[in-house]
Amino acid sequence: MRDKFITAKEAAAMIPDGASVMVGGFMANGTPESIMDALVERNAKDLTVMCNDGGFGPVFDEEGKEVVGPKGNGKLIKNHSVKKLIATHIGLNKQVAEQMNNGSLDVTLIPQGSMVEMIRAGGAGLGGVLTPTGVGTDVAEGKDVITVDGKEYLLEKPLHADFAVLRGNIVDRKGNVFYKGTTKNFQVAMATAADTVIVEAEKIVEIGELDPDYVMTPFIFVDYIVVEGDK
Amino acid sequence: MANVKEIIAHRVAQELKDGYVVNLGIGLPTLVANYVPEGMEVHLQSENGIIGMGGVVSEEEADKNVVNSGGVNVNVHPHAAFFDSATSFGIIRGGHVDMTVLGALQVDQEGNIASHIIPGKMVPGMGGAMDLVVGAKKVVVAMTHTNKGKPKLFEKISLPATALKAVDMIVTEMGVIEVTDRGFELRELAPGVTVDDIKAATAAPIIVEGEIKEMCMPAE
Repeated sequence: MRDKFITAKEAAAMIPDGASVMVGGFMANGTPESIMDALVERNAKDLTVMCNDGGFGPVFDEEGKEVVGPKGNGKLIKNHSVKKLIATHIGLNKQVAEQMNNGSLDVTLIPQGSMVEMIRAGGAGLGGVLTPTGVGTDVAEGKDVITVDGKEYLLEKPLHADFAVLRGNIVDRKGNVFYKGTTKNFQVAMATAADTVIVEAEKIVEIGELDPDYVMTPFIFVDYIVVEGDK
Repeated sequence: MANVKEIIAHRVAQELKDGYVVNLGIGLPTLVANYVPEGMEVHLQSENGIIGMGGVVSEEEADKNVVNSGGVNVNVHPHAAFFDSATSFGIIRGGHVDMTVLGALQVDQEGNIASHIIPGKMVPGMGGAMDLVVGAKKVVVAMTHTNKGKPKLFEKISLPATALKAVDMIVTEMGVIEVTDRGFELRELAPGVTVDDIKAATAAPIIVEGEIKEMCMPAE
């Protein structure tokens, strides 16, 4: 059996500048923080990041001193590692708007329900999804509108990435993943839609200890495992 | 005396029915949860993957794996369920949410709503709002009637649409308006507010027919 374990540093080294990366998590809830740190550490550049949001930006005091660091995808944003961001909501990280306004970051916004289905389509061999969301709005610009039984839908095309970096609460040594609480979010779909999938594990268990009934991402999708905090 | 937000949230809560699955937007709509009528069970849906959401909890008592759609730690009821975003938006788009409550920048008499962008000024992204207004069975806009005196209800929205023909009801501190095929129809007025007052604060015709009830207020 091939050992899937690598360090966060090795994971970051594997992801080249210019790569497309799906980042798991919803407002940093379920984002692999050790891998985020390692990407910043190696000063990754020009990434295309697909993530629900821009994570949390740093918090500054009145004198402009950073008192709380960024979280989740916000770490990549702060380090200017991201050239293009595909997301659903960026309003909770001011640095995204700053970089967007000064032209250093290209942002594409997609309705949340459409984005997750586009990722699912990317991993499931579908040519896209038909959704009523966005019909008659700016979201529909440049997209095909298809009428089914008299109702209009937008054709949203699949999303695929070079890498997906995810975070599971329990991962067995084979790579089966359990995501607790609200950390499932985009991660279940993302695990299926990238060439290389790296999962950061809060806890590693032996094969057989994670009941097959509780597996949310089957091991065949997982290429590498990083133990949380293993820099 | 309750403040404006409490008055609006309290009135919106009167639209709830036992067993409803409800998604509340961030801000004022969140307050609706405080006024669920006694004995009624309402299931709060959070688009990041919860049915049966409770309330915000402190960092000490929080399970750090459980947050609301704003990324804030919350607790859940014992009967709650967690799921991924694909299932969550299947619930939303698939018509399994009975009611969604959200704020708006503009609403027009056809029920078109603008709530997610002011070009060049405020570009936070639509998040789950576009799916919610398209998919929920009943869409209630809860907001102050004007923006510091400037109307928010129009004949035609001028900001980019979040969705077309989506809004069913508007609850403000001035009254309750239903959006029908005929346009804005006045249903209720808050105590002390006249038909002329609400017409003056609205940049579209308001149809006033039949009995106009007095909007109920929260108990002191």
